This record gives sequence, structure tokens and C-alpha cells, in this order.
Amino acid sequence: MEAVFRINGKEKTFSFDSDATLLAVLRDSGYTEIKEGCREGACGACVVLLDGLLINSCQVFAASAAGKEIITVRGLGDVHSPHPVQSAFVDSGAVQCGYCTPGMVLAAYSLLQKNPDPDDSEIKRALDGNLCRCTGYVKIVEAVRLAAGRMQGNG
Amino acid sequence: MAEYIHVGKSVTKIDSLGLAAGMEKFTDDFPTEDTLHCAILYSPHAHADIMDLDTKAALEMEGVVDVLHFKNVSRVLHTTAGQGYPEPSPYDTVLFDRKVRFIGDRIALVAAESREIAVEALKKISVEYKVLEPLFDIEKAMNPSAPRIHGDEEHVEIPVAYRPEVNLAAEVEIAFGDLEEGFSEADFTEEHTYTMQAASHCAIEPHAALAFFDARGRLVIITTTQVPFHVRRIVSRVLDIPLHSIRVIKPRIGGGFGGKQEVILEPLVALVAWRNKRASRIVLSRREVFVSSRTRHAMRIRLKTGAREDGSITALEMDALMNAGAYGTHALTVLSNTGSKVLPLFNKIDHLTFTGKSVYTNLPIGGAYRGYGATQGYFAFNQQIDMIARRAGQDLLEYCKRWHIQEGETSDVFRALGEGKKGVSQTIKSCRLSECIDRGAAAIDWYEKRGKQLKSGNDRVKGMGLAIAMQGSGIPQVDMASASMKMNDDGSFNLLIGATDIGTGSDTILAQIAAEVLCIPMEKIIVLSSDTDTTPFDTGAYASSTTYISGSAVEKCARNIKARIITAASQILGLEEEDLSLDMEKVTAPKSGQQVTYEQIALSTLYSRDQLQIQAQASYVSQESPPPFIAQFAEVDVDEKTGRIYVVKFISAVDCGQPINPVLVEGQVEGAVVNGISYALWEDYIYNSSGKMLNPRFWDYKIYTALDLPEMKTIVVGSFEETHPFGAKSVAEIAINGPAPAIANAVYDAVGVRMFDTPFTPEKVWRKMRS
Repeated sequence: MEAVFRINGKEKTFSFDSDATLLAVLRDSGYTEIKEGCREGACGACVVLLDGLLINSCQVFAASAAGKEIITVRGLGDVHSPHPVQSAFVDSGAVQCGYCTPGMVLAAYSLLQKNPDPDDSEIKRALDGNLCRCTGYVKIVEAVRLAAGRMQGNG
Repeated sequence: MAEYIHVGKSVTKIDSLGLAAGMEKFTDDFPTEDTLHCAILYSPHAHADIMDLDTKAALEMEGVVDVLHFKNVSRVLHTTAGQGYPEPSPYDTVLFDRKVRFIGDRIALVAAESREIAVEALKKISVEYKVLEPLFDIEKAMNPSAPRIHGDEEHVEIPVAYRPEVNLAAEVEIAFGDLEEGFSEADFTEEHTYTMQAASHCAIEPHAALAFFDARGRLVIITTTQVPFHVRRIVSRVLDIPLHSIRVIKPRIGGGFGGKQEVILEPLVALVAWRNKRASRIVLSRREVFVSSRTRHAMRIRLKTGAREDGSITALEMDALMNAGAYGTHALTVLSNTGSKVLPLFNKIDHLTFTGKSVYTNLPIGGAYRGYGATQGYFAFNQQIDMIARRAGQDLLEYCKRWHIQEGETSDVFRALGEGKKGVSQTIKSCRLSECIDRGAAAIDWYEKRGKQLKSGNDRVKGMGLAIAMQGSGIPQVDMASASMKMNDDGSFNLLIGATDIGTGSDTILAQIAAEVLCIPMEKIIVLSSDTDTTPFDTGAYASSTTYISGSAVEKCARNIKARIITAASQILGLEEEDLSLDMEKVTAPKSGQQVTYEQIALSTLYSRDQLQIQAQASYVSQESPPPFIAQFAEVDVDEKTGRIYVVKFISAVDCGQPINPVLVEGQVEGAVVNGISYALWEDYIYNSSGKMLNPRFWDYKIYTALDLPEMKTIVVGSFEETHPFGAKSVAEIAINGPAPAIANAVYDAVGVRMFDTPFTPEKVWRKMRS
């Protein structure tokens, strides 16, 4: 089947099998910034924003995203013009292997959209769906705090 | 101490922005054309002979291109352990065997036009088994009447104990003094058995590999590896493909922790590509990673100590029984490390033995895992010294400070126990463990809370625990690293290293070292690492070796470059070399005030006079393996009603020599600590009675998330290790050793029960409190 997604601000037509997951379709189309860690919605490496909602793309049929707006981590910024959340992850030392980072950055971004000044427990709760084995999460929580401050003009 | 411009600074990791922006590429992110997708058929039986196997129906499926199995793949015995050659692990593995040795062992591989077709075709392969008696228990497996898991062809490449006839994958024994005499001098003994379970590394990136041909017909393998050079060597040997026809590239790696020090998938994709002359690709599912990659070795340690009334230890007897699982990868060396990385810490015990056996069973395969046997050893050791100090009425902190190895001291164990051979004698040149203990204790208010059983909430009691540890820095006289550099027109440098950054930040650290020696900004070092065609050899990312050994190679290489720059500058300026020194991106003559910039030197040497490419290379092998030291403190609350343990605060104070990059040091410690706590409390391989893992998914094999974090602090206690050019030691593994024993000691402090086996589930704690 075919469907149009608006992805990172651009409308694109995708063709795929009706039972294909959004994760598979997007990765096969070159959106490799979306990572696959478990294929069962438990690790958060594959999250994207679907109409503003943070979802595990391995748990969503691509068909159900037809006509919707998708934002991946590359839609937030790139190396030339990074988003403050991405810069905060870099500056806090929150990126080790970086495999969970696209998902973590999106989870943090999603939190800060709703709650621009979260406390530590709110940050930790927002990141609970994203697994990381490298950092011990300490610097990731710091990064979200730093990003919040900067986005409010305090950093 | 010298003033550094880059060393000791928390330079931003050079790949971190590209990673945060999703632009860096991992193995499965690389596109390949006309690709065969692979899926693997695994054994449903823990122990069985394959009587027959029929792939006809699978091959007839549309889209199926090839099926590999024991009938059409050469039986080349090898080890999957990505270790130096000859590997100390037994050659007991073939790509596809007539026999299966655990539920999850490989039977066949389907290569098809899509992953879905390949997975579907697996169901069409019919296999006839003769089921054999499975062995799960290490004691039973060692029984001479037990069935054999491995046959007579399996062997070792180096002269080490290997007795597959009694299911022994490895044995170790060292002894000093006279144990009997030692115990007779003791006023009291403690003898306990400690067990630790298997665990998964849980790198968030699953194992993956792809292979394709370049335009010259050479086979290129891109893979999630910690050991690209070992991959090339082992693939070449197992498949009988000339080594010069193989190129191995390590892209970004999504975490390793030892799990990717294994050559598992590369021979498979290489073989599919080679047979079919097409690209091939495989990505493991999480279930496959849990069951069919590698685990931490489950271990049972019996530890007996004799001590005098004052707490001095007169005799120590440690016996380790390790469950190797179905194959013996790392079976000898992990076992050796349980002794060699633990026993030197208390180096004044005259009568000491360490014995160990690594036992084949029909369970998933053990392998390298951060801590590498030391984790299991320290779990036993740290509880035992907590007991001795308590019985002797000694303050635990003072006790540890009195007895731990000190600068200028050695241990016989260093000499006796190596990696598959005798060890290397060494004297400790840097040790700030006592300072680590003091600073960690102050940070956690040890004396205000230890032994007080403070109430925190209605049913919760507080306890405080300590664990101390050391590790090593690389494998002495074995691990080799090398680097090469060349100068570009603008005075920048390419740094080529075999060293393997698996997310640790070693590309950054090695660039810091080169930039330091050459007195240039970080951005003038362009790093390329881990490509067997373009970068020089390195044994890889394991044994806590990269900063220490690869770092030394880079420093040596940069010094060679510096010498060539000075020579060129002396010719350009007409001055003697000894009158010249480096300043930021230039060579200056302090006496005359003359100077020439790197860019001028590069342009001159490349285009104008005495033309040559300024370049250099260097290799490095270490003669010793200086240990980092750590003191780790846990503050826990135990719920007396439920037995649940809440880790409230966790402090680590580490002596890793001069930290090259303090934020990356903290990151290593924090990651290891959280993995260690998660392992101590939760993580476990749960099997049914047939040996099938029941929880191979993150929903059922829970690891810590951000929500579970205790308050954490890492204190970097600087020292200077004189055998490293910038005083550095390792830090990657050590911090995973403390959480389990520190928490166990804290639980005892809180509620007076000893937890001898991990994970400390609420049920186990509750039962102990009631027994």
C-alpha cells in the first residue's frame, strides 16, 4: 500500500506492506536515525513523534501513520544547527555509545514541550521508557536539566 | 605535575553531536545493494545429536537463495573469543555442528531476499534429533559418569588444562605457603559459598553484521565488534578465505561491555556473501541476543579465610566453579581473573590457594563481560572482609586501609596467574585506595550511619556497605596497539588507530593525547579508527586496555611526529634542533624569538624544499598492567515487611591515575555502577527444567531505568601512574565490581542477614530475615 507522511517537515509518499511497522518502513527509507533495540516496545530506541505524541515506532503499523506528522531526531536539528536538547546532551557528556540518544533526545524534547521546567523526578519519569546501558542515566538527567534552562533563556 | 592543554580536560566527545543528531552510522545503518537477509534456526533441545536435516522445502520457497548447515559448511574448529592469537580459549566451536549443546545453539541459516522470507523458511527445515541427557548443574556435569558435551577433536592451542572428557573447559590452580599451617595460626575462620548468576550485557544495539564485495572483488565486513582485527583473522581461518581479501570496518558501536568481543555473526554473513557473491546482512533480535550471544558467567565461589583476633588474615582458600555454558569462549581467562584481579588486593596473606574449574553445561554460552570474573570474585571477597573486620572488632575502613596493597609493594599472584600462561610480576607504582576510602566515606557520612540501623520510614531500616576493588590496565606482554599519523597542508594531522571506540570515547581520548604532545587544538586531529585496511593493528577494546596501551602507542607516535617537525623546522630556520620547542601550532626558538608555524612547515615539506610527507607510526606493548583502585559505598534501606532493597545513595571514589577526560571517566563509572546495581538486585536468566530461558525480553529481564536511580556520586581521586606517558590507568571495568558486595554488606548492616547469592530479590531477603 501507499501512504503520505509528513516527515521532518516534508511530505513524502511511502509504499509498504500493510502489516509493516513504522520502524521498518522508515529505516528502509533511509531514516536510520531511528534505532531498533528490541522490536517489542520496551527500549525506546525507536521512538518518534507522531502528531506530537512520543511513540515506539516498532509498535505502530506504518499504515496507521498515514497522513500524519512524524518528527525524528534529525527533524530537531543537525550538526550544523543542533537543537538545544541535542547540544545539552553533548555538553553534559550524556552521549556515550549514542545508540539510545536519538530516542532519549526525543523523549526529553517531548517532555520540555509539555513541561518547560521539570524537576528531577519529572525528568526521570519522562525517560523511564528509554533504556541506556552506557551512561547510568546520570548525565542524561543533567542534560535535560541543562536543556530546560537554556530553552528558558537561563543557560 | 605538568600543565596540560588537553589532558585532564573534559573535552566534548568528538562523535557526540553527530550521534545526538542521529547522523553517525551504526552497522545496520549502512545501505547495501541486492542484499541477502539471514535468519538462524536454533536448537529447541539442550543436548541432542542431529540425525538428519532436510532443507528441501525451505530451498523451494520463493525468495530463498541459500541454506547453510552442517552438511554443506566445512567443520573448522575455532573459538569465538576475540582474543589475541593463539587464543587461550579452547577450539570447541564450528559454524554448524551435527550436535546441539543448548537451547539456542545454531542449526542452520537461511539467506533470502527478505528477512520475512528467511524467517518463514526456517519453519520449513525439518530436523531429526536424538535427544541426549542435558547437563545444567556444574557439579553433575563434572561427574565422570556424566555424558560428554564435547568430543575428542576439540582442543586447546596453547598448553593449558583442558579436559572435555569430564566436561572441563578450563582449570586453574595456584598455591603459596602452606594452607594447613596458615589455618592453624588462625583464631577464627569464615567459610562461605557465594553464587552469582548469568546476565546479559544488554547493549541497546543488538549484534549485527553485513558483508558485501567492493569493486575489486574484496569482501568488506561491517560489524558490531570490539575486535576488528581478530574478526578478520578468525573469519579468514574459519572460511579459508585469504586474509588479504577481507576488510573489516567497525562503524559506531551501540555498546559492547564484552558482548561484542565475540566473533559470532561475521563468519556467517561472510560465508553467505562468498558463496552467493551477493551482499548479506543479519541483525539479531533481542531474544537472540539474550539466548544465543553471550552472558556473564554464572559462578559459585567457596571462600575460606583464617584470621587472628586482630583481623590479620593467616590463610585464604578460594575455589571458583564457573558455568561456562555450552562452549568455552573466555572459559580460562575469566576464571583466572577471578583470582588474579582480586587476590593481590590483600597482598600480605602468606598462605593462599586459588583453584578453579570452568565447566561445560547445556546452557547459554558465557563470555567476556565487563569485570571479567573479578566481579564474581569481589562479591565473595568483600563480604568476607566485612565479616572478618566485624568479628575482629575492627573499623572496616581502617582495616581495609591497613591491609590493601600499597605503592612499592607486589603480590605473588601477579607473577603466578596470567591469561593462559604465567603472569607478569609487577610492583604497584600508584595506589590511592586509602584516599578513595576516606573521601568516599566522607561523602556518604559513613560514620553517622554505619551500624546505626537508622529507621527511614515505618518499615525501612538503613544500612551502609563498602566494597573495594582493583582491576588491570590491559594484558601485559600480550596486548599490542599501534598508531600512525601524517601531517596535512594546514598543519592538521590524521590520526589512524586500530583502537576500537565502542561508545567509551576512546577516539576522543586518543585525539586528546596526540593533540597534547603536538601542542595543537583538538580539531586539528582528524581521527580514523578501526578499519583493517586503513588503520594499523590493535588488539581491540577489551581488558580495560585502550587508554593505557593504545594511549601509549598514540603518545609515542605523536612524539615521533614531533621529532620530524622539529627537524624540518630546524632546516627552515637554520637553527639547531635543541634550540627549538613547540608552541601552539608552531615551532619557536625561545632564544632568538624566531618561529615557524605548522602550516608553513607542512607547505614547505610538501611542496618546496627537502620534500617529504611528515608522518610516523608507533607500536606499544605494555610490560605491566597497573591496577586502578576503587572504593564504593552503598546506602540502602531495607523494607522489613517485604524484603525489598532500596539503594538510596551510591558513591564511588576511583583512582584511575590521571584522568585524560574527567567527564568520560565519570561516565564509565556511572554506567558500570548502574549496571552493577541492576545485576545485584534484578537481572537473571530464568530457565525452565529443559534449560530454556524463559525471560529473553526487556519486559521480563528488567534493567535499571532513569526512574530507578539512587543518588549517585563519582569522586575521581587523581594519581599519576609513571608507566603511562600521561599517568593514566584504566577505568572501564572496575566500577562494576562493587555494587553487589557493597549492597550485600549494607543489607547485613541494616537487618543482619547475609546475602550470598545474587540477585537480591525481595523474596530472598524476606526469607533470610525470617530464617
